[in-house]
Amino acid sequence: MDPRPLLFWHEPSYRIIGDKSSIPTKEDLKIMNLIRYQAPNSTPYTALDRWSNLRDELNSFFDMPFWSGFNRTGQLFTGWSPALDLYESGDHFVAVIELPGMRKDAIDISLHDGTLTISGERKRETAKNGEAAQRTERYVGTFRRSIALPTRVDPAKVAATYQDGILKVTLPKAEEAKPKQIQVR
Amino acid sequence: MNTLTRETRESDRAQAEQFITPPASVTEIADGYMLEIEMPGVKKDGLEISVENNELKIIGRRSLPAMEGTLIHCESCPENFRRMFEIDPSIDAEKISAKIDQGLVTLTLPKAEHVKPRKITVS
Repeated sequence: MDPRPLLFWHEPSYRIIGDKSSIPTKEDLKIMNLIRYQAPNSTPYTALDRWSNLRDELNSFFDMPFWSGFNRTGQLFTGWSPALDLYESGDHFVAVIELPGMRKDAIDISLHDGTLTISGERKRETAKNGEAAQRTERYVGTFRRSIALPTRVDPAKVAATYQDGILKVTLPKAEEAKPKQIQVR
Repeated sequence: MNTLTRETRESDRAQAEQFITPPASVTEIADGYMLEIEMPGVKKDGLEISVENNELKIIGRRSLPAMEGTLIHCESCPENFRRMFEIDPSIDAEKISAKIDQGLVTLTLPKAEHVKPRKITVS
């Protein structure tokens, strides 16, 4: 096989958008590392699922436009890891997570010590009489994503919406973290 | 000659819309198949499902709202989704139905009447 797919596993798992040529700062790396944290998945089934997904994972790598293939880590070794985007504006952060086909009450959002954690579970549907899975690419089980926010947020004002399979968490910055204009007298 | 070549290439590039392949699951149910495809961010009117030459094609175009602020970390792909399947001859293409709920497309592909098991009564 062409050795190129191996590149996939050695490429850094994150990319800073906006300025591709810039080297991530120490602060950026701290954030990214935390974002990348994955709780080990302990169910015995997922291990099997991961291997059976190896082919699909490699296939989908080639199906993606070249530049975006590196953008997303394979979920082969980490379990279910939904794509997460983080936006920052003057007075708030918005975390956007792709969670297709979830129930609202199966999503858990918590904020602790400046770290936003989004976790959830999709239950394996028990096969009814006469049902047989032919192909399983969708992840079942639990996921957990954590983001250490670069500045303090106001926990009382955090709000979340779930629409079209996309979870959006809005985190207003704490008063002291908002940018301020200082008047010269 | 040069101009002609370039024009062809440019039009090719314009036509080559890039897609990503979303995860899909296929389950055999009582009288057919159920196909589930994950297309987060796709609304009902962004979904395009067609059957041509025994090929089922599902395209999901995202209508993502413009976000305020700068993107400081990105893992999602902005491309639209496309998935293609070859349909088994036992499926009745006329009766395929689809729905979308929270970014999950569910297609029901019933088996054609003539392939269903039938009991023949002795007269």
